[in-house]
Amino acid sequence: MALPGERFHVLAQLEHLQSKYTGTGHADMNRHEWIVNQHRDTRASQMSHPGMTSFIAIVENESRARTRFNLLNRMIQPCGPPPDKNPLDDV
Amino acid sequence: MHLYNLTLQHQTAINQAVHGNFSGTPKSQEIVVGRGSSIELLVCDPTTGKIKTICHHDVFGIIRSLLSFRLTGGTRDYVAVGSDSGRIVILEYSSEKNAFERVHQETFGKTGCRRIVPGHYLAGDPKGRAIMIGAVERQKLVYIMNRDAEAHLTISSPLEAHKHYTLCYAIVGIDVGFENPTFACLEYDYEDCDNDPTAVSVKKTQQTLTFYELDLGLNHVVRKYAEPLQDPGNLLIAVPGGNDGPSGVIICCEGYLVYKNLGDQPDIRCPIPRRRNDLDDPDRTLMIICSATHKTKSMFFFLVQTEQGDIFKVTLETDDDLVTEMKLKYFDTVPPANSLCILKSGFLFVAAEFGNHELYQIANLGDEEEDEFSSRTTLEEGETFFYGIRELKCLLHIDTIDSLCPLTDAVIGDVAREDAAQIYSLVGRGPRSKLKVLRNGLEVNEMAVSELPGNPNSVWTVKKNVEDRFDSFIVVSFVNATLVLTIGETVEEASDSGFLPTSPTLGCGSIGDDSLIQVYPEGIRHIKADKRVNEWKTPPRRQIVKCAMNRRQVAIAMTGGEVVYFELDLNNTLNEFTERKLFNSDVSCISFSEIAEGELNSRFLAIGTVDSSVRIISLDPNDMLMPLSTQNLPCPAESLLLIDTPNEDGKGAATIHLNIGLQNGFLFRNTVDNVTGAIMDTRTRYLGTRPVKLFKVICQGRSAVLCTSSRSWLLYYHQRRFNLTPLSYTNLEYAASFNSEQCAEGIVAIAENTLRIISADKLGVAFNIQSFKQKYTPRKAVVHPNASSIITIETDHASYTETTKTMKRNEMADDIERLANDNEEMQLAKEIADGLRTNIPDETTFGAPKASKGKWASAVSLINVQSGETMSFFEFPQDENAKCVALVQFARHPDSIMILVGCGVNESLQQFQTSTNPLKPVKGCVYTFHLSPNGDRFDFLHRTETPLPVSALHDFRGMSLVGFGKYLRMYDIGQKKLLAKCENKSYLKK
Repeated sequence: MALPGERFHVLAQLEHLQSKYTGTGHADMNRHEWIVNQHRDTRASQMSHPGMTSFIAIVENESRARTRFNLLNRMIQPCGPPPDKNPLDDV
Repeated sequence: MHLYNLTLQHQTAINQAVHGNFSGTPKSQEIVVGRGSSIELLVCDPTTGKIKTICHHDVFGIIRSLLSFRLTGGTRDYVAVGSDSGRIVILEYSSEKNAFERVHQETFGKTGCRRIVPGHYLAGDPKGRAIMIGAVERQKLVYIMNRDAEAHLTISSPLEAHKHYTLCYAIVGIDVGFENPTFACLEYDYEDCDNDPTAVSVKKTQQTLTFYELDLGLNHVVRKYAEPLQDPGNLLIAVPGGNDGPSGVIICCEGYLVYKNLGDQPDIRCPIPRRRNDLDDPDRTLMIICSATHKTKSMFFFLVQTEQGDIFKVTLETDDDLVTEMKLKYFDTVPPANSLCILKSGFLFVAAEFGNHELYQIANLGDEEEDEFSSRTTLEEGETFFYGIRELKCLLHIDTIDSLCPLTDAVIGDVAREDAAQIYSLVGRGPRSKLKVLRNGLEVNEMAVSELPGNPNSVWTVKKNVEDRFDSFIVVSFVNATLVLTIGETVEEASDSGFLPTSPTLGCGSIGDDSLIQVYPEGIRHIKADKRVNEWKTPPRRQIVKCAMNRRQVAIAMTGGEVVYFELDLNNTLNEFTERKLFNSDVSCISFSEIAEGELNSRFLAIGTVDSSVRIISLDPNDMLMPLSTQNLPCPAESLLLIDTPNEDGKGAATIHLNIGLQNGFLFRNTVDNVTGAIMDTRTRYLGTRPVKLFKVICQGRSAVLCTSSRSWLLYYHQRRFNLTPLSYTNLEYAASFNSEQCAEGIVAIAENTLRIISADKLGVAFNIQSFKQKYTPRKAVVHPNASSIITIETDHASYTETTKTMKRNEMADDIERLANDNEEMQLAKEIADGLRTNIPDETTFGAPKASKGKWASAVSLINVQSGETMSFFEFPQDENAKCVALVQFARHPDSIMILVGCGVNESLQQFQTSTNPLKPVKGCVYTFHLSPNGDRFDFLHRTETPLPVSALHDFRGMSLVGFGKYLRMYDIGQKKLLAKCENKSYLKK
């Protein structure tokens, strides 16, 4: 038997995780939110691995500094603006 | 040993470089470089200008950032390392151990290169009181650095400066003197953008320059204020503050340099100048990729580098600590860099992002006659200054560190027909790219080659006096004569050396303080300083076959296996030991051990006999000539050498190594117990097909062994391990160490009928590299099956072909001429236009002009791997990019080989983003070239269009397989084009 209140405890834990680790999912996550996180993680990883940055720089024939700058800029809104909010979400 | 695997060639790219005084030697400066998975300490010798790796350490992780910092009042720098380990590591270089020592290691997060785990950015307070380590997003931690009572570095627990939904572009520590340490960050807050479906906030949100202040009294970090920026920046440069300057930051933005300070001072904004008459895409923005600061007590300046590699010198004009003006001056052009380091000794180290790293000497700090661009000049928004590029004027090229980064393709094989395989690597980007031929071997610096009257047998160098620093004579022995050469400014024949010229020599050297000794088949000649000669003659019908000697002892082996031992007495005369040692078989080689420190005589004599054994004989007065140990060998020894290896800490007795060169081409290396003389710990290595001869030479102040067989090898001690490396040089027959004023650690050697003086400087390098130029970034290489040639395809995105470049240049020249109004202007315009048409800048120095996205330039070339000559070259039309290459033997033409090159036409890197231009449809094509039978040229046959870019080609049963999109087609050769025979349709169902 689950103790009363454990459900809330799990919720609190999840909330803690979400605040600690950017990108942690939740039950009401939509497709856009998820894919944006995927993109941001990917871009961050690409600019953090020196070899990966060089690889992209070679392909695009740009300097490594510009490649890094472009990757950071692409983290801002990688998949376009978020979809309109469903009015039912707030109910 | 710390290795899990042995790397043949460690990473050669340098991602970060910082400089400082890490060794603690007063006034010296070293460079610490991060090579991805290893950290290295480089030292630039200010007299020779050569740059050397002193210490290399594998970290088994990824180094993402480096920072050198110094505590207030300290004299040496520490290195802070940001990596993928989720830790901050502070290292100190210990020159005694020649290693990096970990001072602190603080864990703060998960491992891996993650979005929110700090490690990507590192910035330090210029006074060394605090370090900020930042992540790409959200997290920033500040560590306070201090020292304890014993003056050891201490580190505090981390102080958080996190902010949600914030991307970080750059971090720098502001010089605020001794006020609270402050860090400036370029940040972008995307929270609003994430919640706004209308996409208005994306346009509205600006990058901010945010200041974080560490309150040392309260021990916490405050986000002081954030200032929105007009142009987004990518790099921050701290301006010296306190007593040295006005403090503040320079923000490198797209197209502008902006100076900002903490107070309400007005910004100083200066556009980044553009190259005059540049063919670059006019829509491209200019960007600063890296910077270096130089500060002395009286002045400071910055060097900033643009993407094209042009360096500008930036200076700030101040009025009472208020910056009033920023001045830019074109400095020089060097390869685009990841990091620049200005050393106090006047050198500029350029850690290139791609290709070789360079070291320059700063000859002057910018001439007066050069144009100076000032922030005071009023220009319209978007307008900028123009400058002309030129050859190096302020910098002087000194040294190069080879880099194989980026390595796009490599072929391994003995294409040049040299017995051992070579590695053909495609290296570099754009016009700076190279085909590099790697041969396993040490690069040899050849200093002199002189021909001799005949083929000599052996060579030695001799010092006249024990005090001499340099060698005095080179002694060369022929079949029936001996030649003595004096070493001075030039090398000349000596007539008064006292050596017997009419007989071959078996060995010679100096003995005692100032005497010489020559051993020849009939006897020993002891030549005193006053030219008196004492001779010892062999018994009748006996000859000396081998000999060994040092400063005090001589041992000779005569025919029949008899060994006679001599020792120098106090009167400087050579005395024969009463007993002679007789062996059952002839002696094939003989060697003394090195004289240990504090001793007069060498302790052991090693003797190899033709019955395939090696014996260690004692030379201790108590058991003189008593055998101590024996090692049996698979075949007779050709040569012996006993070498001492000092202990790592320089204390205690050295280890004695017995090196045995065998007649079958093997090298045996043993350890000899320095008390009992027992032979232990045998290691074998195959060196070549000929008997191995061993010679003692000097490398980096320590004894090293030069081994000759069918190849020559050098066995040397480098960075705490032994290396046995072949020399990339002609085969040597006999060698000796050579030390003169011009050449400290050289080798004199004979090869056929020549005498050569050589030295091996690049110790520790596994490959000897030969580079041949390429036009564009090489992508793939294939080898001709039976000729010594290699075929490469080269492709560059955002580039113009040579034809387009000429066209653009002519257009620009015509425009200039057309704009001229009157006669005088016409004259001037014509001059400029002609200059534009004829003075084409060298792209290997200045880089190729950048075209807009979706433009391609591509070529295929055939290179002879022996001479490096490009024998055939074919450039594809603009916007066709070569993607794959294959050699195909069609069944219809069994006697000839075709080169097939698969291309994309009008391809775009981001296909989903670009609207398809109906005039420029995306297609593909295959070019067919006929390769001549002897592999010295190819000829264009025809071009075949395909519906999509070709990504794979292969030879298949007398036809060619071509892959494009989801199709796989088989083509046969035709007269006008390739003929499609069949296609794989199974993929189409989906």
